[in-house]
Formats: sequence, C-alpha cells, structure tokens
Amino acid sequence: MRPITALSAVIAVVLCTMPIVAKAQDASEKEIERYREMISDPMSNPGFLAVDRGEQLWAEKRGTKNVSLESCDLGLGAGRLEGAFAQLPRYFKDADRVMDLEQRLLWCMQNIQGLDTKDVVARRFSGPGKPSDMEDLVAFIANKSTGMKIEPQLSHPKEQEMAAVGEELFHRRGGVMDFSCSTCHGAEGKRIRLQALPYLAGPGKDAQVTMASWPTYRVSQSALRTFQHRLWDCYRQQRWPAPEYGSDGITALTLYLNKIAAGGELAVPSIKR
Amino acid sequence: MTKLHVSMLALALGGALICAAPIASRAADQPVSKPAGAMSKAADKAVEATKPGPSPAPAKTASAASKVSPETVDGYIKATFGKAPEDWQQRIVPDETMQACNKYRNDVPHEVGDAIMKREIAKVAYPADGKFLGNWKDGAKIANNGQGGQFSDKPETVHGGNCYACHQMAKSEVSFGTLGPSLTHYGKDRNYTEAEIKQAYTKIYNSQAVVPCSNMPRFGTNGFLTEQQIKDVMAFLFDPESPVNKE
Repeated sequence: MRPITALSAVIAVVLCTMPIVAKAQDASEKEIERYREMISDPMSNPGFLAVDRGEQLWAEKRGTKNVSLESCDLGLGAGRLEGAFAQLPRYFKDADRVMDLEQRLLWCMQNIQGLDTKDVVARRFSGPGKPSDMEDLVAFIANKSTGMKIEPQLSHPKEQEMAAVGEELFHRRGGVMDFSCSTCHGAEGKRIRLQALPYLAGPGKDAQVTMASWPTYRVSQSALRTFQHRLWDCYRQQRWPAPEYGSDGITALTLYLNKIAAGGELAVPSIKR
Repeated sequence: MTKLHVSMLALALGGALICAAPIASRAADQPVSKPAGAMSKAADKAVEATKPGPSPAPAKTASAASKVSPETVDGYIKATFGKAPEDWQQRIVPDETMQACNKYRNDVPHEVGDAIMKREIAKVAYPADGKFLGNWKDGAKIANNGQGGQFSDKPETVHGGNCYACHQMAKSEVSFGTLGPSLTHYGKDRNYTEAEIKQAYTKIYNSQAVVPCSNMPRFGTNGFLTEQQIKDVMAFLFDPESPVNKE
C-alpha cells in the first residue's frame, strides 16, 4: 500500500498547488473591493462639491431671457426634481422627443433661458481649472433621486424604439477591433486586466448596480463624471469614433441599460476608482 | 495496511476532493489540453478556438428578433457618429462578416459560419519569408501595450496588441483579463509544431478565419498590427525561451 499512499499524497499536493494562482487573484480582488469601500464614504466624496455647484447653477438667472432653470420640466412637472432622474430618459411632449437629462437640460437652456449652449457643450466634460456646468447640474439633479428606484419609462412608442435601438447598439460590432459593448459586457464574471466587468446583456444585479451609481466622482480623473462620459469613454476604448454629446444613440443605450437595471436603487453621486 | 497508511490515504483523497472544486472552476480559463469533465462554456470556446468550425451557441444570446429595422439603427448611428471624420465613420460600417455577426449576435448558423471562415481565410497574408516567429521580447511588450487606435490617441501612436486585457500569458504578469482563454505554456502545450504555429498566426491575423464571430480582433486583416508585430507576438507564444512557456 505504501506506493499508492505516497502517490495519493503527491497527487493531492499537486492538485492543491494549482488553485494558488486563483487564490492570489481572489485576494487581489478582495483588496480592490476593500479600496472601493474605503473611497465610497460619502463624507469624503468630492462629488458633493459638484452637487452644490449644480444647485447654484440651477437657480442662476442666465441667457437672453435672464431666467433660471427652475421652471424646467424634467418629466414630473416644472421645477420638480425629486425622483425625476430615476425616470429619465423619457418622452417629452413639448419637444416630441425622448431625452436623457443632458438633452433635456440643453433643451431647457435653449428654450427657457435663451442660452447659447455652445459654451456649455464645449465644457461638457470638466478639465483642470475648467468646470463643467453639465456635470454639476447632473450631479445636483441626480442626487435628488438618491434612494429611489430606477424606473424606466417604456410606455410611449418612441421610448420603446429608443430601448430597442439601444439594445441593438449594445450588440453592434465595429471599429478596427470589431468590438461592441457586448464584447466586454456580454458574459457574466469576466475581467479586463484586473477590472471586473459588469454583465449588461440582460437584466440583473450587475445592471442595477452599474446604472444606480452614475453620476460618479472618479478619483483617477479628479472629476464628477456623468453617464454620458462613461459611454463616450467606452466608445473610445472600443476604438469607435467619438459619439456626439447629447446624441440619440447615447440616450438609446442609456434607456436600454435602465430598462435592464429597473429597480436598482440610486445612490448618487457615487465614488469610483 | 497500517492505521497510519489508512489515515494518510484518507487525508490524501480528502485533499484531492477538496481541491477538485477550484480546479473545475479554473478549468474554465484553461486552453485545450486539460482533461474534459467539468468543462464550462468558456472552456468549450477555448477548445473551439484551436480547431476550425463554427462556435457553439453562446449561453446568453437568445437571438431575440430585432424590434427595430436596420435602417432605424443606421439612422441613430449617423446621428451619433456622423460628425466624426469620414475615415473614422468608415471604420464602423460593418463588412459582410460583421453584418452577419451583428444580425445573429455572434450566434451564427453553421452555414453562415462556414461562409465567414471561407471569406476571412482568403484575407490572411502569411509572411513572404515563410518565418512565423519574430522576437519574443518585443512580443512581450506588444502583448502588454494597450495603446493605439483610440480617438484620443495621436495617429502616430504605435499600436499594441493589448493581449493581457483578455488573456493570461506569462505567469509573472498577474494583471490579466479573462475574456479569452489562458495562453500560458501555449507553445509548449502544442509541442511547438508547425501546424500549430500556422494556426496561431492565422488566428491572430484574422480570428474570424478560425472561429466565426470570435470576440478577438482581426489584427492583421484590419491593419491594427503590422506583420512584424504579429511575428513578435507569435514568438512570445511559441519561443521556448519565452516566459509564456517557462515554469
């Protein structure tokens, strides 16, 4: 029996050393998770500075009509902010379009304030010493939906079209790498480098957690970022051309993702790596 | 058999059983030559990656009949990317192969898959000098480089293969993705045979020639990597001195 025993022991040892690599990966993922928990303390989240700036911008009189945005209807009635973001994008009768928050704000700036939005669009993403009105306004308005559940609006035919187009765009491959959104987000439990990838090709917790955490403060960029920026960056990484800011393709993707994220509880602005 | 022997045997078997679960889960990331058994979909795909033939139906792609017309989708694409420079817009016009992959969300019927492979193999340019392997040290850098081809990059930016984004390669590199199968010991596991070398070159040059609607870029056919870069990455996979084949 001795050789068999010895052989068994050797087999056991060999088999047991194999998962060490996997364990090392688990350990590093736990460290990443710990880091995330550390930075997700709301009291140390600089994203709330953007919320405060956004509040001021919302009430500031601007444009040729010298009025504030306070009468802007974000879907729940003029000036009503609580819960509005949780139901965007949605169909707006006055514009006869489905709009996300940025598109709606641009519309209100143009139509209510008579504001030339060229400068606002030029500063759509902030840079060092160059704040973005849009990032701040989105942070302020989205924050008013914190604690509420993502409630996708899909009753109007144009909303349904938007969601369906968004799903198509999600799976549409192109660019020099033949990538689509689903290349990275089409299967569960995948990683790119060490970064875990949320599964977004169907409903579930990944979609809920993802969509409930935008806008976010990005530590690596020292800036509050909106979901417009996230999708812009996704297309950049996919080697697609730059998507137009406030374009319908971005709104379509957002609505599709909110559709599969329905019920996710918003906690924004969050803080991310 | 002594009591000691019995208990040692029990311990060893117990250890083997305890270890079996993580190994089964790890098998998902392993390439071909591992025993079948508890193979996951990812492992199936890995096997598929090494032999020609249409890929099996992916788990989640319940190819839902599209609720919108392709023209509608094209309209949105134009509205969203229409202001980008013309050559950039051209990059997202799907060729015949991508049209098929988009239509079936990569889960193409066998005859469509066969047509893709036939069409794409014709787009593979093998090295004129007949040499498939370049310098593995250069290949290691290319595998680690994720730059190039983004709208934020300068046009002169040297493109990287960014292989580690999706694949495990050298064991010493712990930051690797799992979108593709592990490639550790790639050449060694394949006995460095000429047929395997040619097959790997084909796969890197044009993944669609090997697996229809593969997630992998067509590095050669799409002009993302040069022939020399592909040869260097090939050496990284196949040179016996490469860290991919060490340990």
